[in-house]
Amino acid sequence: MFQKFFTLLFFVSLNTSAATPTDLLAGYVSQSGQSANAFKGEDFFKVSHGQEWQCTSCHGKSPTMSGRHASTDKAIEPLAPAVNAKRFTDSAKVEKWFRRNCKDVLARECTAAEKADVLAWLLTLR
Amino acid sequence: MYSTSSYVTRTLVAFVFFSITASRADSYKGPTPPAVYTQECSSCHLAFPPNLLPKVSWQRVMNGLDKHYGSDASLDADAQKQISVWLQTYGGQGKRTREEPPLDRITRSAWFERKHREVGAATFKRASIKSPANCTACHRDAAQGDFEEDRVRIPK
Repeated sequence: MFQKFFTLLFFVSLNTSAATPTDLLAGYVSQSGQSANAFKGEDFFKVSHGQEWQCTSCHGKSPTMSGRHASTDKAIEPLAPAVNAKRFTDSAKVEKWFRRNCKDVLARECTAAEKADVLAWLLTLR
Repeated sequence: MYSTSSYVTRTLVAFVFFSITASRADSYKGPTPPAVYTQECSSCHLAFPPNLLPKVSWQRVMNGLDKHYGSDASLDADAQKQISVWLQTYGGQGKRTREEPPLDRITRSAWFERKHREVGAATFKRASIKSPANCTACHRDAAQGDFEEDRVRIPK
């Protein structure tokens, strides 16, 4: 019985990428080796990086509110963890979307420092 | 003997009747897709029924996810494999998928254009619709496979 339970627990722990937004922020900060800057994060989120889309094209200018996918019109739930507790709680999902969306918005992947800045800004929003 | 053949005839008539009505009804009643299909595809759009594109088109779609109709939709290898297997198993069934539509777009298929010929280009561009690929804008229960014509509601 106990053995079964612990075996299950072991496999669950292998598959999980559960985290908190602050865990993820700490991870990006330690990867980049510099402290996160929420002001830079806000700017990064709102400016054009030379491609057709910017972050705001789908997420909107206020990440405390819902956005809409620029081409499919699908509703996108708010990004700010204060209003959407599901955001930034799964490291694999966060990495997947940073990878995809940074390629759409910057034509390259984002650096750990850029991810840290954006997440630090999102965490200041209420 | 008589009753047996009458039974067979009635069964046959019923079968033909149901197969005709089934082919006319615009509902997708295929097997339930794996969670990974619904989860990954519908984070951006309707998880389209696999019989709306031929297998060869699905294969190209799955091999080009990093350039997916203007957006990066790349997946991890595991999810990509599972979704590809599902699409290669259940994709491309029925007469609609005999032809490969231009650019592997469902909305460029001859049957799609025929079905939507009364809907003008300006309608598809409305802010409430945006594109012909946004099935749910007018087919509200498209996610459940319901594309029945009499339930279509075109938003203003």
